[in-house]
This record gives sequence, structure tokens and C-alpha cells, in this order.
Amino acid sequence: MSNQPSIEQELIQRGVTRRQFLRSCALMAAALALPTSAVDAIAQALASSTRLPVIWLEFQDCTGDTESFLRAVQRPDPAINGAQDPSLTSLLLDVLSVDYHETLMVAAGYQAEQSRADTMARSAGQYICVVEGSIPTALNGYCCLIGGKTALSIAEETTRNALMTVAFGSCAFDGGLAAASPNPTAAKGVKDAVPGLTNLVHIPGCPANVVNLVATIVYYLTYKKLPALDSLKRPTFAYGQTVHRNCPRRELDEAGAYGDAKHRAGGCLKELGCRGPVTYHNCPTVKWNDGTCWPVQAGHGCIGCTNPAFWDTMTPFYGGISDD
Amino acid sequence: MSDNPGNNKVFIPIVQSGNGSGSVPPGGPTVVIDPVTRIEGHLRIEVKVNNGAIEDAWSTGPMFRGLELILKGRDPRDAWVFTQRICGVCTTVHAIASVRAVENALGIAIPDNARILRNLIEGAQFVHDHVVHFYHLHALDWVDLMSALQADPAATSALALSLSDWHNSSPAYFQSVKTRLQNFVNSGQLGLFGNGYWGHPAYRLPPAGNLLAVAHYLEALEWQNQFIKFHAILGGKNPHPQTYLVGGMATPLDASSQAAITPARIADLRALVQLGLDFVNKVYLPDLMLIASYYTDWAGTGGGYGNFLSFGDFPGASGNSPANLWMPRGMVVNKNLGQAPQPVDQTLIQEYIAHSWYSYNGGDQAGKHPYQGETRMNYTGPQTSFSTLSGEERYSWLKAPRYNGMPMEVGPLARVVVAYAAGHARIRELTDWVLAQLQVGPDALFSTLGRIAARGIETLAIAEQMNTWLDELENNILNNNLTVQNNQRWNPSTWPADAWGYGMTEAPRGGLGHWVHIVNGKIENYQAVVPTTWNGSPRDAQNARGPWEQALVGVPVADASRPLEVLRTIHSFDPCMACAVHIVDPQSNQVMQIWVQH
Repeated sequence: MSNQPSIEQELIQRGVTRRQFLRSCALMAAALALPTSAVDAIAQALASSTRLPVIWLEFQDCTGDTESFLRAVQRPDPAINGAQDPSLTSLLLDVLSVDYHETLMVAAGYQAEQSRADTMARSAGQYICVVEGSIPTALNGYCCLIGGKTALSIAEETTRNALMTVAFGSCAFDGGLAAASPNPTAAKGVKDAVPGLTNLVHIPGCPANVVNLVATIVYYLTYKKLPALDSLKRPTFAYGQTVHRNCPRRELDEAGAYGDAKHRAGGCLKELGCRGPVTYHNCPTVKWNDGTCWPVQAGHGCIGCTNPAFWDTMTPFYGGISDD
Repeated sequence: MSDNPGNNKVFIPIVQSGNGSGSVPPGGPTVVIDPVTRIEGHLRIEVKVNNGAIEDAWSTGPMFRGLELILKGRDPRDAWVFTQRICGVCTTVHAIASVRAVENALGIAIPDNARILRNLIEGAQFVHDHVVHFYHLHALDWVDLMSALQADPAATSALALSLSDWHNSSPAYFQSVKTRLQNFVNSGQLGLFGNGYWGHPAYRLPPAGNLLAVAHYLEALEWQNQFIKFHAILGGKNPHPQTYLVGGMATPLDASSQAAITPARIADLRALVQLGLDFVNKVYLPDLMLIASYYTDWAGTGGGYGNFLSFGDFPGASGNSPANLWMPRGMVVNKNLGQAPQPVDQTLIQEYIAHSWYSYNGGDQAGKHPYQGETRMNYTGPQTSFSTLSGEERYSWLKAPRYNGMPMEVGPLARVVVAYAAGHARIRELTDWVLAQLQVGPDALFSTLGRIAARGIETLAIAEQMNTWLDELENNILNNNLTVQNNQRWNPSTWPADAWGYGMTEAPRGGLGHWVHIVNGKIENYQAVVPTTWNGSPRDAQNARGPWEQALVGVPVADASRPLEVLRTIHSFDPCMACAVHIVDPQSNQVMQIWVQH
């Protein structure tokens, strides 16, 4: 495979200048909370890496994390408003070779499953496995079948030889929505369905933010190890501070009702049920959709979607929380 | 390069000759496609092929989550957040259906601004979703990526200029796309494009058409990312915009606050609508017409029953009544475009489970209305690896919704057919134009190709209409009408002890209904009947096929090992499986009993 172009070469083919490439490396370093000295290391790693094979598994999911992933596809195009620079996430398609992805891949049926088998054989130990959705264990797993196999068996065989497994989204993290009480299908996250995985990273969120997926992968390419993780295996660069701490509404008077003067003026939403004070996520700083906005900015309280078992621990969403 | 997926190597076909468990019908080979990809969720299709055409078909939904059981006992004001996660592709539509159902149960009328904001968010969802479906989930059934490598960039440029004045049309541009594609193939890492049915004889576009479409596949990836910022501005993010409330919306409106939607933000939204209109007018519709012109025989196949149901949507200023919907509500049966659509009565909707992995109290033959919705798991499928399900009595986690006993197609074609029969001026005009361009009559609508055309027609009509809603919103803001929520009945102490309600909407994939029963402030029962359950249902108690199954009958299959034609017809419906299967018994925790038995 000596004819594979490096990530930098791919970018240059797509009209990205060397300067723009370095600027996106700098943005990546900032997102990862690394010093500017890391920019060179990132640039060197990306310039010499070929695209990493990815097997993206969807189980009990809503495809929302895939939609989030698709929002990373952006490159400079003077014809499209606002897209002057390669954004932080614009490297995504250039960094990865997504060999298996039910929603996006062209191949179907036998040929689709062949793609997964080919990558597992050809790139054993060298591919990233991304898991989206929970894994049901009721009925011996027979409530999620793909190609006649259970989600559980597919997760076991695919994560076993992965370079790194990323549980992307709250459902893959800890079972998420399907595992909400009373968990009718005995749904589990990757960590409980396939216990003992090393090199497992959690990127919870409903959906998870693609910026944090790309940053995690770039960190791995640069330093050949996972970024620092908290006790829940979440990267600390993304889950190290509360939403409330970085919220621009924090210092303003609390709104009492949606649409009242304080709500319109940008007041704090704690009285309306905002979970920002108890939720660790970089939502207010990286925002969504290429930095356009985030839920609290748009006027609705945080629902705490990066917390464990958030569908049970954060609900009812409009009730109060303890003031810490 | 023996491992280069671009070499189009031939795989051993998964063709079964009827030796699976259960009593497989005799006859030709059963072709299995599992997983059906480029859809939302998980889907298995089995077809029996005889003399080069499909004789019978089975649609299986192989995943479920049990969302209705999870909702039981929760605060109905939270339900929209849960139900929005039924689907992240048609994100937002389950939130709308949910707040409407709860508002209907509690007798809450929403402010005008909430109506407009919901129309805008939903409208943007249609435009985004349909373009993404066309390019990223469907086009490569008609466009041969490998043939694009043979294209002459100058000829591609000439073709592009003959279709529209879209700016990316120079020979140099198409050369750059071709080079990029060639490098991609040479790398041996075909990624998402690996193992496609490239070179299949049913691909008919010339190389220039293929290169043009591939270029626009890539452009659409960029476009959708920009366009859907519309949702982020109004709802904080996409997918799963977070701004709904029972009684209204959480989006602040205020001309004098930078923390709210101001006329300046409305201008940003107008620019995004224009971005949408430009792409739809200059790229999507011209590509659709180009592709259609090479595949007009698909206007005569894949039609199915010809029964169409639309709940209608996009209410005007005077409420949710059927007469007040911009997209009309109605029903057209047996392809009859000559009469006004029949009215829709939600009490005539019933779900059957005779061929699904459930059982009903009182027997499995009768249907049940969603208010009486009951879904006891009765998994009778294989417990070990298997080759076919088509001989099984029960073969899907999908129920079979029927209207007055009839299987009904929902989705873009249903909406366009109903709007056409109802005399909707813009839909009629666009439909007649498309039919005239392709030199076919209205009967051509009832087909695989008709579904694709209808999706394009309504995308343009909705994108145009979005400017009207932006005008309405801006006028309200300038007139200091800033109310976004009616919170008079926000407090559960104001609710009746026992309340029933339903909410209807149109999702991009078709009519969507939620039914809720609230007792003492908590959800007692919750049921969703969703587009893909209508379309992708298995057989019902009368043994009538579901609409997908029926549409597949008669579709040609040239090569059973590469059943491209099946994908064409199934993808024309835009399946969304996570929506379709999410149900479990709200009355008793039957799952646990079965779990123990096995």
C-alpha cells in the first residue's frame, strides 16, 4: 500500500494550503488543551499518517451520532458562506477510511459484511472501532440482528482486535435511552457488554459531539496513546469542566419563564431546570454545527446528556436540582 | 492489488434455495439482503425471484428498543426529549408529534410564534433530509462511481452547463474531482465505496453523468453541513435540536437582545434558506431529472398498492385543523387522482401483529387502535444463526398498521398525490412540469421513480414556503409579539386527572402519529405509529403484504448475487428503522418473562 497518500497530501489535493493545514493543527491543539508546542507534533503526525481504517458499528441507535459525525464534513469552499478555513473537524474524512458503516456505505448485504471481515483481517489491531447505540442482552441478544448475527456477537468479534474502541454517544457509553428504566431489552453500553476492553474511550452525549471524536483520534495519531481520561473513561479535555462554569448565561439574573424578559436577555436557566451545574462537557466552548450555537445559548436548559444514566438521573428535566 | 475493493471482485452470492427453518415456499431462489445499508437503522429484505423478476417479498425489522415502556410513569412534559431520540436522522419530527399529543390531551393552544418556529424547524428538516437521502442514501443505486473515472471533464462540464447555471461547472473543476476520485481508488482504501455493485448492467448513466453526480455527492456533504445551521440557530444544535416545550418553544425572540432571535438573525436564516433554494434548484432537481431521464422504465415498476395516506402539516395562523394545513391531509385509494382526497379519521387506524413477534390479549387476528395499543413480545424467530426468515409465520419486530384494514403508503409520494388531488397549486404546477419533462402521464407517479420525483417536488415547494414563515416571524418580532410559550397549564396541578390526546405530523418519510394517555400527571400509555411501520410492515391478519413487500413484487432482478434493483425500490421509500421498531408492552413487562424462558 505504498501508494497511499498521507493526510497532508490528501488535504493539498483538496486545495488546502500548507498554512491552512497548520492552522487546523493549531485549532486541534487548542481543543485538546495542549500547548502551542504541540502543533508541530500534530502536523508531523498527520503529514506522515495514512488514513486509519474505521469500522463503525450501529446497534440500538437512532443514528443521531452518525448525523453528528456527518456535520464534521467541511472543507474550504468559497461558494459556501462561512467556510473559509478548514474547521477543527474538517480533517475527518481525510484522517479516516470508513470501511464499514451501515448508514453510509454503498455495499449491502453479503458484500457489506465482507467489507467488515476484510478490514478485520487486513488491518488486525490497526483499525478503530466506533460503536453507536446500546447492545441488548435480553433474548440472548436476538433483539438486534445484523446479517443474522446478534449485536453482542458482532461487538465482541469487532472490538477484540481494534486499535482503539470509541463508544460514541450516550447509548454506547452506558446503554443510554434503551437502558432507561425499566430497560426492557437489558441494553448495555460497550464497557458492560464487552467487559475488559483496554483502549476504550467514552465520548458520551446525546448526540456526542464530533469535535471530540476527531480530537481524540488526532491525539492518538500524534502521541500513539489515548488522551488523559477521567474515572468514567471520558477525555478530560472535553469532560473536565462543568457546562455551568463556561456558560455565558451564568452571571445574569435567572429567568423565571420561557419568553420572559430575563430569558430573552440571556439570563441563567437554572430555575427552568438547566442541568449545566452538574454536567461535565465542553458544549459551551466547542458548541455545535461548526461553532454556530448550543442548546443553552438557544434558550433551553441543559438536559445533562453526558451524565451516567442521564435519562433516569437527570429527569424530570424541568424539575429543580440540588444547588452545588 | 488483489485486495483492492475497486477491482469489483465477484462474491459468493447469498442465495438460498429454500432450506431454512420453517416451511419455505417452493419455487425460485430466495435472495437475502441483510443488512440493507444506506438507510437509518437495521433492515433485512428477502425476495423470491422467478424468471428474472420478484415473485414475493418479506420485510424484517430486526431491532427494537422498547421506548413506550420506558415512557410509562414519566412526566409528559419530558416525553418529547425521549421521543426525539426515536430517530436522529428524521430528528425533530418525533418531538413535534409528542408536544402536539400532550397539548391535545391537556387542551393547550400554542402561541403563533411557536407554530411558526415549529414550521421553520420542520421545513428545514425536510429540505436537509431529502437532499441527503437523494445523494448519500440513494444516488449510488443509479450512479456508477467507477464509470465516473472514464468521464471526459469537458463533456461533463458541457452536460452540467446544459442543466443549470450552478457555479461549479468548469472542465477544471470536474478534472479535479476525477483526479481526487482516481487517487482515492488508487490508494486501495475505498472506504464507504468499497464492495459496491459497480459495473452492474442496470447502471445506465454515461460516464459524464456519473462524474457529475459523484461531484454533487461530495458537494452535498458540504452543503448539508452549512444548511442545517438553521436548526442550530433556532434550537441550539442538530441533530436533536433542543428547544421544544409543551405549550410552545424555548427560542427567545427579541429585537433588542443579542441573546434572542433578532431581525439580524432572521437575515442569517434567510441566507440559509437561499442556500437551500439554490442547491435544490440548481443541483438537486437538475440531477434528479437527468437521472430520471435515463431510467424512465422505473416509472412503470415498484408502485405497490397505490393507496396513499397523508396527515398533512405546516399549520397556518388559525390552528391545527385539517383545513388550515399548508400540506393537505387526506387519503387517495387505488391510484385515484381524479377525486378530491378522502378525509382521514384517526380512529380508523389499527395495528396488526399476526406476522410480527408480538401477541395480543384476545387473539392475534384483530387490530388495535393506538389508544388500546398493546404489544406483548412473542419472539418465535431463530435462536441460532439462520439463513432465511421468509418461511416463518412471524418474521419482524414491526407491527402492521392499517387504515380501515387497508395497507397505506406514506411519505413524499403520498403527500404529493394527496396534494395533487386536493388541487394544491404549487405542488400541481411542479408535478405537471416534471411529468411533462419526462414525457410521462400522471400514472408514472405510482412507481419507484415517482417516489424519487415526489421527494424533489416537495423539497422545492417547502423550501420556497420557508420564506413566508420567516416573514411571519419577523413581523411578530417587529410588532413586539414575543410570546413563545403558553404556560397557563405548565403546572400539573392544572391538568385533568385523566387525559387522552394525539398529535399528528408529517415526517420526511411520511405520516407520523403519537397517542398519549395521561393519568394523575404521569404517562399511563404512549404509542407512536410511524412512517416506516406503515411502509415496511410485514403481512397483516388478512395476509396482505406491507407496502414495501407489495412494491417489490414484479421488480426485475438481473443478477441475484447483486440485487441492485431491490435496493432501488426499497431506498425510494427512504426507510427509517429506528422509528419503526421501538415498541413493547406498556401493560405488562412481558419481556422479562420471555427472557427467562430462553
